[in-house]
Amino acid sequence: MDQDLKTELSKHGIFATSFEELYNWGRKNSVWPLTFGLACCAIEMIATTMARYDLARFGAEVFRPSPRQADLMIVSGTVTKKMAPQVVRLYNQMPEPKYVIAMGACAISGGPFRDGYNVLKGIDRFIPVDVHIPGCPPRPEALIHAFMALQDKISGQHLTGESRPRHLKQELPSEFPVPEFGEHGLEPAQNDEIFHNPLKVLQG
Amino acid sequence: MTLEEIRGRLQGDIPGCQAELVVNGSPSAQNSLLIDRQYGLEAARLLRDGLQLDFCSNVTAVDWPDQDKTEKIKTKQTIDGVEKEIEETRKTKIPGYLEVVYHLFSMANKEGPVVMRMRTANRTDDVTLPSLTPVWRSAEFQEREAFDLYGVVFKGHPDLRRILMWEGFTDHPMRKDYVPPPDDDDLEILRER
Amino acid sequence: MTQVAPPEAQQDNLMEISMGPQHPSTHGVFRMDVRLDGERVMRLKPVFGYLHRNHEKIAEAASYLAAIPYTDRLDYLCSMTNNWGYALAVEKLTGLTVPERAEYIRVIVAELTRLQNHAGMVGFLLQDMGASGTPLMYAFRERERVLDLFESLSGARMMCNYMRFGGVRVDCSAEWLGQTAKLVAGFNGFLDEFEQLLTGNEILMARTQGVGVLPRELAINAGITGPGLRASGVNYDLRKVDRYGVYDRFQFRVPLGEHGDVFDRYMMRVLEMRESLKILEQALRDIPAGPIMDPKARLRGLRPKAGEAYGRIESPKGELGFYLISDGSPNPYRYRVRPPSLINLTVLEDMCLGHNIADVVVILGSIDIVMGEVDR
Repeated sequence: MDQDLKTELSKHGIFATSFEELYNWGRKNSVWPLTFGLACCAIEMIATTMARYDLARFGAEVFRPSPRQADLMIVSGTVTKKMAPQVVRLYNQMPEPKYVIAMGACAISGGPFRDGYNVLKGIDRFIPVDVHIPGCPPRPEALIHAFMALQDKISGQHLTGESRPRHLKQELPSEFPVPEFGEHGLEPAQNDEIFHNPLKVLQG
Repeated sequence: MTLEEIRGRLQGDIPGCQAELVVNGSPSAQNSLLIDRQYGLEAARLLRDGLQLDFCSNVTAVDWPDQDKTEKIKTKQTIDGVEKEIEETRKTKIPGYLEVVYHLFSMANKEGPVVMRMRTANRTDDVTLPSLTPVWRSAEFQEREAFDLYGVVFKGHPDLRRILMWEGFTDHPMRKDYVPPPDDDDLEILRER
Repeated sequence: MTQVAPPEAQQDNLMEISMGPQHPSTHGVFRMDVRLDGERVMRLKPVFGYLHRNHEKIAEAASYLAAIPYTDRLDYLCSMTNNWGYALAVEKLTGLTVPERAEYIRVIVAELTRLQNHAGMVGFLLQDMGASGTPLMYAFRERERVLDLFESLSGARMMCNYMRFGGVRVDCSAEWLGQTAKLVAGFNGFLDEFEQLLTGNEILMARTQGVGVLPRELAINAGITGPGLRASGVNYDLRKVDRYGVYDRFQFRVPLGEHGDVFDRYMMRVLEMRESLKILEQALRDIPAGPIMDPKARLRGLRPKAGEAYGRIESPKGELGFYLISDGSPNPYRYRVRPPSLINLTVLEDMCLGHNIADVVVILGSIDIVMGEVDR
């Protein structure tokens, strides 16, 4: 529908929308995150929920402790190899539609601790990530910006057609295999179906 | 008490105990006592009860790998009936060891640090040291960490198992010769493929 | 060591619970394997390593200067004091001296760090008790003011990367000192408001008095340091014992507890905040003009002589020590952090035995741990 027509109608008290817009509007304004702080970024995440920066304005008031009740997992902090299976398990336990924000350099790619023997070089080796926030730690404003970017992503999702999101496609998995503790590292070291190593891509 | 006095007390009260003074080259002037590991537990008890060093602050493990020493030695050899002086390069291996350093303080007398060291025989098969957890409980987690990351086995520790890495992990990552597993973004590995 | 061992017949009736690593109140990725008889704790084994980021290995591969930003991320609430501990150890190793103005600036930022850490600790402790965030909101309101000061001084709210070997990185302006003085002047009022809401509160007193008692001898033997040690009645504060920096020039008292329970540990934090304010007032009044770095200091390419040094400071969590062994090269041969949070956890089981599962969370909150420091 033409946007000007919509505005004109709304001035007369007539509100025209599509089912898709309404559905997405309801979902994006009520995203409930999981209380999941790993490291230093968690403190900035807590600061974002406090009175000064107030993430509650955007609908993320209720941080749920149980993954069964959460929509969003903000991976805030370094994911170590010891913690990675638990992160994937928690992701699997979240019901669809679910989203992941990788907050901070460590969650994106291992960050300053990339050379560590116990550090997983980015959580997107095992679970799909929707929004990445660079920073070490990112400011609370950056987390709010990422949250708004996630809301934009949700409002742009279509309910029908090829481009519909994962949770509406029966053939796509919503649970991912949990890595095991091996003798020298994690087995497998990454999930090749969702992790596309940028170096491999560059090499062709 | 100075370190010399402490050494004298240790060697005097515990027959057979050898304590060597290790001088520190830096301006911190924190010299340490290298105590024979056989008498480590007795020495620790003496330090805690006799000298009121009731607070064991820090337990550190250090890895000293094997070192190759190359030296040129002049020897006399008879070649074709004529005595000549030849230079020979001899390679000797200085065996490495694992070392555990304890920093002790006295809360009662507000003194310290008194630094105590113990060394294992080598880095491969004889890596045991007496655990000082029965003397200072603060060593409990730190000795577990030394076991986890360096492989030092502490005899007499109440609960010696890995603390930072998971139970099935087999390497000792803080050793100097630890090689991490190849991760897929190692450029060399990708080039090989 | 008190051990409550159930009779053999009851062993099968014990319920095993794994609390964590994802849990709203375990202060980070910390796990406790608890065995319960009904609601009473029979055994508690802490499991950590979920945030083991190989700080020591990375620092041994990096130069001395490059390890400073990593120390920020140890106890990530108190980056300034972590920096100071490391700088102190390197200064002991190399013999560098710190000019007076830098010493005063160090004291000021360290005490500001102590203020925001203790306020946060009290907020988190009350949140764990079920106060649903209100004390935490008050505490974070004050913490944001302190973080604003840190940001205008060092450029970052949390990971300040501020201390250098032989001084501090940038000088503070007179305007910054004025803003700090204003904060300090208003903080007493905040503490009065906080205490009025909390200290005499019936629920707080019922849930914390007599809970998690730490006996004096066990505290000393287990290497407990910081407010937890002083709550058990041991007068050992490194600012008074080692007198590092210029702490011997300030008049302040060391609060001591009598019972060593959670309430005493809570009161330690509140009283120490008031003492920190006294130190801040004196430091802001007496800070001299002058240089902020040792002229002999060389940051890049620092090659200390072969030797070793152990430097320690009184961080808000306890004794934070750094043990460095140098072999003359630009990288440390051995770099070791003595983490107060890890060692303070040694007695968690002893304090929790015989208590209810609900008390475990309160006792853990009173020890005040940060997983970045426990696991490094």
